[in-house]
Amino acid sequence: MSSQAQPVLEVDGLVKHFPISSGLFSRSRDKVRAVDGVSFAVAKGEVLGLVGESGSGKTTVGRTVLRLDTPTDGTIRFLGNDITHLKRGQLRPFRRQMQLVFQDPFSSLNPRMRVDRIIGAPLAIHEPGMKAAERASRVEDALAMVGLPRNSGERFPHEFSGGQRQRIGIARALMLRPELLVADEPVSALDVSIQAQVVKLLLDVRAQLGLTILFIAHDLAVVGHVSDRVAVMYLGKLVEIADTRTLFSDPRHPYTEALFSAAPVPDPTIRRKRIVLAGDIPSPINPPSGCAFRTRCRYALPRCAQEVPPLREVGKGHLKACLRDDLDLVPWQSQALTAASA
Amino acid sequence: MTADTAIAPHGGQTLRRSTRYRTLRRFTRHRLAMFGLVVIVLLVMACAIGPSLVPFDQFQLNMRARFREPFATVHILGTDELGRDLLARLLMAGRISLTIGFAAMVIAVTVGTIVGTIAGFYGGAIGSALMRFVDAVLCFPTIFLLLTLAALVSPSILTITLIIALTAWMEVARVVQGQIRALRERDFAVAAEAMGAPDRWIMFKELLPNAVAPIVVAATLIIARGILLESYVSYLGYGIQPPVASWGNMLEKAQQYLTTAPWLALLPGLMITLAVASFNFLGDGLRDALDPRSDLT
Repeated sequence: MSSQAQPVLEVDGLVKHFPISSGLFSRSRDKVRAVDGVSFAVAKGEVLGLVGESGSGKTTVGRTVLRLDTPTDGTIRFLGNDITHLKRGQLRPFRRQMQLVFQDPFSSLNPRMRVDRIIGAPLAIHEPGMKAAERASRVEDALAMVGLPRNSGERFPHEFSGGQRQRIGIARALMLRPELLVADEPVSALDVSIQAQVVKLLLDVRAQLGLTILFIAHDLAVVGHVSDRVAVMYLGKLVEIADTRTLFSDPRHPYTEALFSAAPVPDPTIRRKRIVLAGDIPSPINPPSGCAFRTRCRYALPRCAQEVPPLREVGKGHLKACLRDDLDLVPWQSQALTAASA
Repeated sequence: MTADTAIAPHGGQTLRRSTRYRTLRRFTRHRLAMFGLVVIVLLVMACAIGPSLVPFDQFQLNMRARFREPFATVHILGTDELGRDLLARLLMAGRISLTIGFAAMVIAVTVGTIVGTIAGFYGGAIGSALMRFVDAVLCFPTIFLLLTLAALVSPSILTITLIIALTAWMEVARVVQGQIRALRERDFAVAAEAMGAPDRWIMFKELLPNAVAPIVVAATLIIARGILLESYVSYLGYGIQPPVASWGNMLEKAQQYLTTAPWLALLPGLMITLAVASFNFLGDGLRDALDPRSDLT
């Protein structure tokens, strides 16, 4: 949360509701509150991790920030420009500066397009005047940068493995040297051994190009490794945000603690007590009153049902949305030790 | 398939070949489709070069050689009520019928693909309006529409082709619209959107190439229907006008002599059946071979 320079991305009070249509003529009043008031900023060159379980709205945040969806409310500022209400045509000049890496490397590449055309597409679109030879050499450079063989361009996506396809997706996203990269679970569809390579690639290109990344994931170990700061989402809201070290060593929200507890410990001899969250994430159509997490929170008090906890500062750049300040929560991977000694 | 590609080794050249190979193999194993393909190739070749090999002209009358039976004289397939060589007429008629079938298919596929792509891509009000229009046109009984139109405009190859295309494009529009709508949700379409691609790019470079298989199948079936419809109208006297031969109007003339010269009706009928069945078999075979569940991932 440095204030010296203008942030690349500023999101203020972002709301995205999806109406549920029922039948032909009536429109139901119900709506899915996928994102319900999220604010954050990403500084230049920073990696902000966005974590939460399935259905917490993190993917919707990513897509809305890129204006692939139109937000219901709130503002999105990209490099100081308000892009919240721009039309498709008006967005085009911004598109080359913000790019997306997808979760599923199998559906994110056009199966009928050769890889050189897939990677060259951003150039063909934004610089139609470029000579074919120059485009070809830029494509080769991009392939080299993501560690694929130079002749990969002649092949079709289905000839590559998942990890290689993800590299192709990254090469395409970086073709125009974007300012902002939204990586939506870029490694969660990959084998663990490949995950490390792709994460390393992302960190390398980030260092090389000075990229700003919004890194969306549910795997805390990966997020902790990649991110400078981490934001935790639950049911469409941010519940805690802090720089990575602070969050992992001193979590202040019970949901963060529960997420930590759910992560596997890389030592099979350690036995530990887990905080098992009962049931599923509540329906975003009909969220609980007060604090959205109270239905699954083991520290919940009666007043949690009445008051909506505001996101407030509890330390430098450390914000949380929980009414209780008296909790002594277990940090990342240390519960293993306490359980073993018990 | 998915698992296959996931563990595909680096040099996946063989894999690409093998997916195509498997599609080809599914097709070549489909006996009826192969039969259809062979018959179509033979028919097209016969109609294209046959008339110049037959020593008679289709219009050449010979009142001394009327109603010659097939295989009895120099007229291999016999002659008709005016002594015209039946083989020459069948082949020339074939040219017209096949041309109309192909041309109607091209027009119908073009119109249907454009309408379907736009409807599927934009959805919403534009898409609904277009698809309701398609539904409305589909509601007309084809034969009556065809006959009404044929009665209103002067029949020629061009008008018959246009009329047949007019009754055939809706099916393509529906197929394409469904495909495009489904493909639009796929990540690669979102990726194109995210890189700021113009609508034309997304529609024609990203989405449409992935919808080719069902279009090819529909196109084949439209040719079959086009040939059949042309025969209908010509048989009822609204289509290709004598003395120009078409399989349909040959049938019409022949019905008077059904008992005395049955080959005059049997041979054009056989040609229609053969052509229509072959295209239908080919379409079925392509549908099975190009099945997206076994081909695309």
